[in-house]
Amino acid sequence: MTTTEPTTTEPTTTEPAPPAVGSDGAASDEDRPVGFGNLRRKEDPRLIRGMGNFVDDVQLPGMLHLAILRSPMAHARIVSIDKSAAEAHPKVVAVITGEDLAAQGLAWMPTLSNDVQAVLATDKVRFQHQEVAFVVAEDRYSARDALELIEVDYEWIDPVVDVRTAMDAGTPVIRDDLEGKTDNHIFDWETGDEAATKAVFDNADVVVKEEIVYPRVHPAPMETCGAVADVERVSGQLTLWCTTQAPHAHRTVYALVAGLPEHKIRVIAPDIGGGFGNKVPIYPGYVCAIVASLVIGKPVKWMEDRTENLVSTGFARDYIMEAEIAATSDGTIQAIRTNVIADHGAFNGVAAPTKYPAGFFGVFTGSYDLEAAFCKMSAIYTNKAPGGVAYACSFRITEAVYLVERIVDCLAYELEMDPAELRLKNFIQPDQFPYETRTGWVYDSGNYEPAMRKAMDMAGYEELRREQADKREQFAKDGTASLMGIGISFFTEAVGAGPRKDMDILGLGMADGCELRIHPTGKAVVRLSVKTQGQGHETTFAQIVAEETGIPPEDIEVIHGDTDNTPFGLGTYGSRSTPVSGAAAALVARKVRDKAQIIASGMLEVSTADLEWNKGSFHVKGDPEKSVTIQDIAMKAHGAGDLPEGIEGGLEAQICYNPDSLTYPFGAYICVVDIDPGTAVVKVRRFIAVDDCGTQINPMIIEGQIHGGLADGVGMAMMEMISFDEDGNCLGGSLMDYLIPTALETPDWETGHTVTPSPHHPIGAKGVGESATVGSPPAVVNAIVDALKPFGVRHADMPLTPSRVWETMQGNHTPPI
Amino acid sequence: MQVDLTVNGTEVSEEIEPRHLLVHFLRDQLGLTGTHWGCDTSNCGTCVVLIDGEPVKSCTHLAAMARGHDITTVEGLEVDGELDPVQEGFMQCHGLQCGFCTPGMMLTARALLNNNPNPSEGVIREAISGQICRCTGYSTIVRSIQWAANHESAVTIGASQ
Repeated sequence: MTTTEPTTTEPTTTEPAPPAVGSDGAASDEDRPVGFGNLRRKEDPRLIRGMGNFVDDVQLPGMLHLAILRSPMAHARIVSIDKSAAEAHPKVVAVITGEDLAAQGLAWMPTLSNDVQAVLATDKVRFQHQEVAFVVAEDRYSARDALELIEVDYEWIDPVVDVRTAMDAGTPVIRDDLEGKTDNHIFDWETGDEAATKAVFDNADVVVKEEIVYPRVHPAPMETCGAVADVERVSGQLTLWCTTQAPHAHRTVYALVAGLPEHKIRVIAPDIGGGFGNKVPIYPGYVCAIVASLVIGKPVKWMEDRTENLVSTGFARDYIMEAEIAATSDGTIQAIRTNVIADHGAFNGVAAPTKYPAGFFGVFTGSYDLEAAFCKMSAIYTNKAPGGVAYACSFRITEAVYLVERIVDCLAYELEMDPAELRLKNFIQPDQFPYETRTGWVYDSGNYEPAMRKAMDMAGYEELRREQADKREQFAKDGTASLMGIGISFFTEAVGAGPRKDMDILGLGMADGCELRIHPTGKAVVRLSVKTQGQGHETTFAQIVAEETGIPPEDIEVIHGDTDNTPFGLGTYGSRSTPVSGAAAALVARKVRDKAQIIASGMLEVSTADLEWNKGSFHVKGDPEKSVTIQDIAMKAHGAGDLPEGIEGGLEAQICYNPDSLTYPFGAYICVVDIDPGTAVVKVRRFIAVDDCGTQINPMIIEGQIHGGLADGVGMAMMEMISFDEDGNCLGGSLMDYLIPTALETPDWETGHTVTPSPHHPIGAKGVGESATVGSPPAVVNAIVDALKPFGVRHADMPLTPSRVWETMQGNHTPPI
Repeated sequence: MQVDLTVNGTEVSEEIEPRHLLVHFLRDQLGLTGTHWGCDTSNCGTCVVLIDGEPVKSCTHLAAMARGHDITTVEGLEVDGELDPVQEGFMQCHGLQCGFCTPGMMLTARALLNNNPNPSEGVIREAISGQICRCTGYSTIVRSIQWAANHESAVTIGASQ
């Protein structure tokens, strides 16, 4: 049985799932579930002992260290490179420049968007900190010492920093490497019905227009990117330990790019210290490490420092969105229209399915039942680092949700309507699902009002509004009260890319394999194509298999992150592990169970139709005493004696799951802030998050993922931004400049959930890993803007640092870019 | 130059370059890779170890400066197969996801609890505010430390001598 027929059609429930929870709120050993529930994580025992194995922990005999020389300028022609002094350093083994790579045809590599990116610059540098040369030395200190000895002569070219003017006549052409390129344009993209949308706008009672900027931010995982490459001279076998969220996809790309035979490449993603999309692309450093090991014949380690991570690897957002919303005067939202300028940096390195150059931005219609919608977008090259899809963005849904949730609040401001009431009035209704949006996305299931009401109840929404009214009155009287703001966001995501007919990355269909073997003693091993970076796959995938087979999770080993030992699949990003690979795990377990049923019928001497499954065993209908456990069956499958006719020995299966469609998790978030009117310092007082990700596999892990995403939202809304000066110098190159929230800027999160299963996912689950990162920034910004209502503020752009809030209070708000 | 110091209760004597950072000395020379490195600028705290019981960022501390001192790394928290309550708390309360910041967080927590066995939530948040976690949003880390405070045993690894 490998169909994707719905197995769960229950309506939404707002009751918590019944997990086994110990007295401390954590799962106790005694009550640990065989299947779904709050199981403590299998990853933790090694990690809390400091016995994880991260890429920088890999030490191989004779291993050398690689360091990269980067450009100090954003846009410059390389006149000459003198590496002789570096080569003379006693501990240096090799110094390689772009010219050296070009001689091997390796100076350029494809990006995930079918553009090309320089591995090492040959003709010119196109962003500050671009890779120019690398040194391989006996130790990491010497490698960095030698970088100082390389002399590069650059010839300045005016950098293109402002994306708004990057298409003006006379602007330097960044990508003169592309034949016939005469401007900085990458692509135009549109979705929706322009004429129908215009007709609605032309006749609308109310139209609200606002420029909404989502500045450039960076995922900044705690572990930076790096790799250890080890090419065996004789066999040509490459083993690459690498910080990758997608080991199989990377292996295939190396095979296609470097011409290495794919069967001679083994990519191992060991423990990963956070990814958030930052570890999806292939970076020049990985290729440099491979080339170095290939040339030198020894293992080579490359590990970024923090600055390199922030200034050169996959950033996120950088969207300037002109947004318009049309509504009736009583608050029925009719249409949304937007015109977007997208800054993609110097190379189009966006990781998105081929047919979706703007990712899934098309879900910008949000959770509302509209008459029409239209989006027009232009993607532009600038002299900045490449990237664009990262930071738990669900392929640009972060930008889409921010757009719709901000402009809806602007509409509420103009209509003088409560933003909760406005949203409730316009939600897609439960009986409209599956719901096709005006931009063609088919939402699988949803029940929005209960989630919204639950969040409002948890927040004590009416009471908060009363408190706010009192404070505003006092502030108007004598200016003493703090400025209190209440912000709401209601998001719908589209995750689980994706159906192979529509979705691929560099031609690779976005399906995922899964293999399950049950050993003779009833213990099992499940092998995944996806890869945890902290999400807890070793636990949750064991739970999925446990739920389907009845084998306790502690008896199930989850193998992942090693291309030699797992089936092919596209990896973990875009919240796709549970929607795609989780489905694969459930279905492969059902396939094994189907075989087990046939073997059980032989053991119990009845037909399969006379057997009933009771998690962990088959028994004869009407005679529960006559039963065999999955462990008994496993031994029988491998043992002596006859098996039913046509049944081979063994108890294992492998499948490749191609999802029918995406899953559409949703949630209601409410943020409460207080602003000190004297300093403009914003304090997040409370944050209430109600999420619905369908069936919950491990509520403890879901809550943890939500918490992390909420902190991201506070960070982006109030602190985080990668900015540039007019010369293209990156101003966010360290964690002193790129501010990330700590335990002091974040509140104790208040979470709740509803459960609306996905009708097409085998266990009814939807993705959740990015929900809170997607949903929380508008809640925080809406709260801050709401707090500033007494100053007549309708909109303010992130990051809302004290100085930017202060300027906004003075009526001097400017966009951040 | 030579450094003599105590690491997790064991006396160590090693040749180093004077410029070697403590984090690299621990990781590369002693093979104690539980101490991580994340930012170079003392902002992230993945490199926190205890020096004479006080949390210190080993990425901006020379190995030479540790001479004569008593270092505790994450590998020293478990004693004779007994986990430190802080380690147990992080597992019980889902205080970690990717696990990269975890060693530093746990060592700071250990130092806090040695000095203040019953810290308030605010005190805990203040104590870990020099460290960054990208996964948890901190609430479960706070709960983990509270769990440890409620389950303290006689173990006081890293307590000032």
